Amino acid sequence: MLSVMRSVIARDLTLAWRRRTDVFTSVIFFVIVASLFPLGIGPEPKLLLAIGPGVVWVAALLASMLALSRLFASDYADGTLEQMLLSATPLSVIVIGKVIAHWIAANLPLVLIAPLLGLQFGLPADALGVLALALALGTPSLSLIGAIGAALTLGLRGGGVLLALLVLPLYAPVLILGSLAVEATAAGLAAQPYLLLLAALSFAALSLAPWAIAAALRISYE
Amino acid sequence: MLDAINLACTRGDRTLFRDVSFTLESRGLLHVAGANGSGKTSLLRILCGLGEADAGDVRWRGEAIRTLREAYWREMVYLGHANALKDDLSATENLHIACVIAGRPAARDAVSAALTAFGLVACAHLPARALSQGQKRRSALARLALSTQAPLWILDEPFSALDVDAVSYLEKLILAYVAGGGSVIFTTHQDAAINTRITQRVDLDAVC
Repeated sequence: MLSVMRSVIARDLTLAWRRRTDVFTSVIFFVIVASLFPLGIGPEPKLLLAIGPGVVWVAALLASMLALSRLFASDYADGTLEQMLLSATPLSVIVIGKVIAHWIAANLPLVLIAPLLGLQFGLPADALGVLALALALGTPSLSLIGAIGAALTLGLRGGGVLLALLVLPLYAPVLILGSLAVEATAAGLAAQPYLLLLAALSFAALSLAPWAIAAALRISYE
Repeated sequence: MLDAINLACTRGDRTLFRDVSFTLESRGLLHVAGANGSGKTSLLRILCGLGEADAGDVRWRGEAIRTLREAYWREMVYLGHANALKDDLSATENLHIACVIAGRPAARDAVSAALTAFGLVACAHLPARALSQGQKRRSALARLALSTQAPLWILDEPFSALDVDAVSYLEKLILAYVAGGGSVIFTTHQDAAINTRITQRVDLDAVC
């Protein structure tokens, strides 16, 4: 079972690598959205510092959502998803593999580049580290929750907008905890409780979402 | 082995078919006939567990496939209209991952032998998007050569887009598989030589 999951991860990462432009577009989207705010607001260090964590998180949320529609769409179009539904391995295991690969290809680059964007808002060094850490702990739950929405809206016309409407409200807890962690660090307080809660959310999503995603995929196929 | 019991399928308020029943034993070659839109693909999807029948039941060795799930899918190969190939992977990579997902991992040698048998040796390393329609169909069908251990094949229009050589090779493969104890359910509109070896026929035009 684990070897099937590994093969699915390797397959999806190979595909992402051969379609690198898709990865770059969501990273560049992230950079542009997060950079528009300092440009629009102007050089007011206090204000920028106050909005920085929230803005970077919202930009990461949107960039991560942008990539979601790709998660199952091409497998659905070319029929490989059909074969996954008929696999001898439980669909939820394959789905975990797909979400892990998606997280590595679409969200890990955001985690790595976020501290650079935080600099634009004058975040102190320790807050930059916490920003990356909070994103690393929080984005897995974004991918998992988002995958449920992506599976439900599969094959629908105008699915992209519907996906955003379904998924963005569910992202709110992650956004709140994530930006609080960074703000707390910038204010000299402990970020640990927020980080632990983010990790807990991700683990809860990991234990529940795969079954929901698998069920949603089967519904989309009927 | 495979029992279909009073299957019915409706799309909107139109009944595609109802009361479709048959029993397929091993070494059976079942042809699903019917005009375009008569529900052949819907029937095959119900038989492989991708779709739900509006009435009736599909049983594999006496148990409903709805409860068997993975245990049934381990023993069945379904080849649909879609070729299930990733455009950015080569024929070799596609076949390898397809076998892993199906639960029948194949060695590198077996994969290249299957592609050679289907005449794809020259383009085994090209990305699938560079292949012609017929070559894509061949590389999807190459999975069958590696799935002879599975007791049931469900094939939706396997002969479409194939040239004469590939059709005759595929016919030989199917007949050898049936002779070796496998059972096949397939649809086709073509006048293939295999049609003389059919053991059972379900005509969907007659049951709607």
